[in-house]
Amino acid sequence: MADKTYNITFGGTGGQGILKAAEICGWAAMYAGYHVKKSEVHGMAQRGGSVESHIRFGKKIFSPLVQQGGADILLCFHPEEHDRLKSFLKADGKDLMEYLEKAKAAIENPRHLNTFLVGVLSAYLPIKPDCWQKAIEAVFKKKYVEENKGVFLKGREMGQL
Amino acid sequence: MSKKALLSGDEALAFGAYEAGLKVACAYPGTPSTEILETLATFPELDVQWSVNEKVAYEVALGAAISGVRSLFACKHVGLNVAMDPLMTSSYTGILAGFVVVVCDDPGMHSSQNEQDTRWVSIYAKLPMLEPASPREAKEYVKQAFEISEKFDTPVILRMTTRVAHTKEDVTLGDRVVPQQPPFERNIAKYVMVPGNAYGRHIFVEQRLNKLKALSEKTKFNRIEPGDKKIGFITSGVSYQYLKETYPDASYLKLGMTYPFCDDKIRAFAKTVKKLYVVEELDPFLEEHIKSLGLKCHAKDPSFRIGELLPELMPAVVKGEVKHEIKAVTRKPRLCPDCPHWATFATLKKLDFYVAGDIGCYTLACLPPTSALHSCLCMGAGVTFNEGWRKGAPDKKIVGVVGDSTFVHSGITGLINAAYNKAKGVIFILDNSTTAMTGGQQHPATGLTIRNEPTKKLILEDLCRACGADNVDVIDPKNRAEFDALVEKRINEDALSVIISRHPCKLLRQ
Ligand SMILES: Cc1ncc(C[n+]2csc(CCOP(=O)(O)OP(=O)(O)O)c2C)c(N)n1
Repeated sequence: MADKTYNITFGGTGGQGILKAAEICGWAAMYAGYHVKKSEVHGMAQRGGSVESHIRFGKKIFSPLVQQGGADILLCFHPEEHDRLKSFLKADGKDLMEYLEKAKAAIENPRHLNTFLVGVLSAYLPIKPDCWQKAIEAVFKKKYVEENKGVFLKGREMGQL
Repeated sequence: MSKKALLSGDEALAFGAYEAGLKVACAYPGTPSTEILETLATFPELDVQWSVNEKVAYEVALGAAISGVRSLFACKHVGLNVAMDPLMTSSYTGILAGFVVVVCDDPGMHSSQNEQDTRWVSIYAKLPMLEPASPREAKEYVKQAFEISEKFDTPVILRMTTRVAHTKEDVTLGDRVVPQQPPFERNIAKYVMVPGNAYGRHIFVEQRLNKLKALSEKTKFNRIEPGDKKIGFITSGVSYQYLKETYPDASYLKLGMTYPFCDDKIRAFAKTVKKLYVVEELDPFLEEHIKSLGLKCHAKDPSFRIGELLPELMPAVVKGEVKHEIKAVTRKPRLCPDCPHWATFATLKKLDFYVAGDIGCYTLACLPPTSALHSCLCMGAGVTFNEGWRKGAPDKKIVGVVGDSTFVHSGITGLINAAYNKAKGVIFILDNSTTAMTGGQQHPATGLTIRNEPTKKLILEDLCRACGADNVDVIDPKNRAEFDALVEKRINEDALSVIISRHPCKLLRQ
């Protein structure tokens, strides 16, 4: 288990599966034994508005929100939302924007974008593969688990290249 | 190893209440409190309901507590306004088995029409208040709330904010323990609040406050964390979490029971630090009280009373700087592309009506370029503003709109009032057969319960006729020509008409 605190900001628009993506990441970090806090905004935000979710995990976490300039990783599903949220990224943080178009090209079903990008993200985090597998089992309905595990692994491979 | 789950504050609170032996839970949906009841409904041994509105929910849940089972009421901040009547006198009657009143405030108005600060209600109603700062605390505090409720014969307010209710944290789950049920008895002096009895209960309430104050002094929920003696923070809720990130070494008095105030602990803490700061979201609730004790403390500039606090704002808040307004560039929510509300508002816009609006997804019709909804005050006011506006503007084409769930919640009385007082006009019930705004909950006119079990279905058209509407039409607004013709006909009649504009929400079918 790593000593440092990890800060990840997710962004996109309503309906893109941002909250689900962050949810997988949160459960995975929990299974890896970290203290996890994840924040999200519901309600009006789901009517096609901006959606953002923050995840922080480490030994002990206080704030559920990542600070401006505090994200180690930024994962956006939409270019305009990326413009809005890039101020969250640390100077030496990792921006996963480069994967968005590649991910879209790699998937057959557009609904898989979120799981695929979580796979990419997983390559940058100190969380073991079995924790991700368990997280997918916890987050998806049973009938969707296997296909999402497959999509996740493809994303993970792309992230590891 | 005990079982863990990643739970939101709402979910964790529900699990805590379940483990504490909760039996009955009632609510009307409202962001950010909705998931509390949705989570409780997943436990088959509980008696859980969506009530017609918050006043009804409060009374059913309180009645259950008085009959001897632990019960819970949950609402968003504005929902508590609707339940204020029973709440105020329930402070006098007290309870038999534990009763917890969960209220979720929404600083920053992520999904609300105002930023009212519920903490004042605890003073006004003379009720104890707990304020968890995380999902783990929500789970722990709700259990304690039941204990306090029973020990002190009082409803207990458990106040959360959006950032606690909708934060998820890893939480450890435990077993359910149901306490022994006290026997239900008639007790006229305690439960019949006529003046003579209420006088006696008011004496009890004042004595109870003193006892609760003693509890507030010794509870571990009000915790001193000694640190650097130069700066001390008195804080609560999510503000504590933000401060700990920026000032990890400072001294803290972290308040988890924010009313009654723990004056002795506050004084003792103030003595140990050189500079005392009070940091809280919204109103100066702690600040004013601490200043009234004659203690010198620094607090945020009044500009920070507006909107939510954020971790990166802490230095400016602590230094007393004026808030630097940053214009939000977030994408605005809008109605879904094939939402049936679009069809209704296309007609209202074309006919250039003055539209008394209400609260729900359809409120989004106020946004340009549609701009076809001209008020949003509180639930039910779409019906009553039609009547009110006609008083001063009889020459204008005024109509009212209200959602199906909102109509059942608060529109019925307004319609009866209009009929009784000879008001005219057209009220549109935008019937998408769900409570869409809060995620699609059932209500009496859907004919299904919170667990999607069939039940008696409220027939809106029969109800509107019984209320005294002269004309009641049911029509699908997507039949554009027919709908336009009907509206033009009704608006030109000297009558009180209801048009039920019925087409199911597409979220229902997902
Ligand atoms: C007193 C009160 N309780 C709850 C809410 C939260 N809330 C806002 S609109 C709404 C219901 C909307 O349902 P409906 O009227 O059917 O309209 P729809 O969103 O389906 O179009 C709720 C529960 C509120 N604003 N005020």
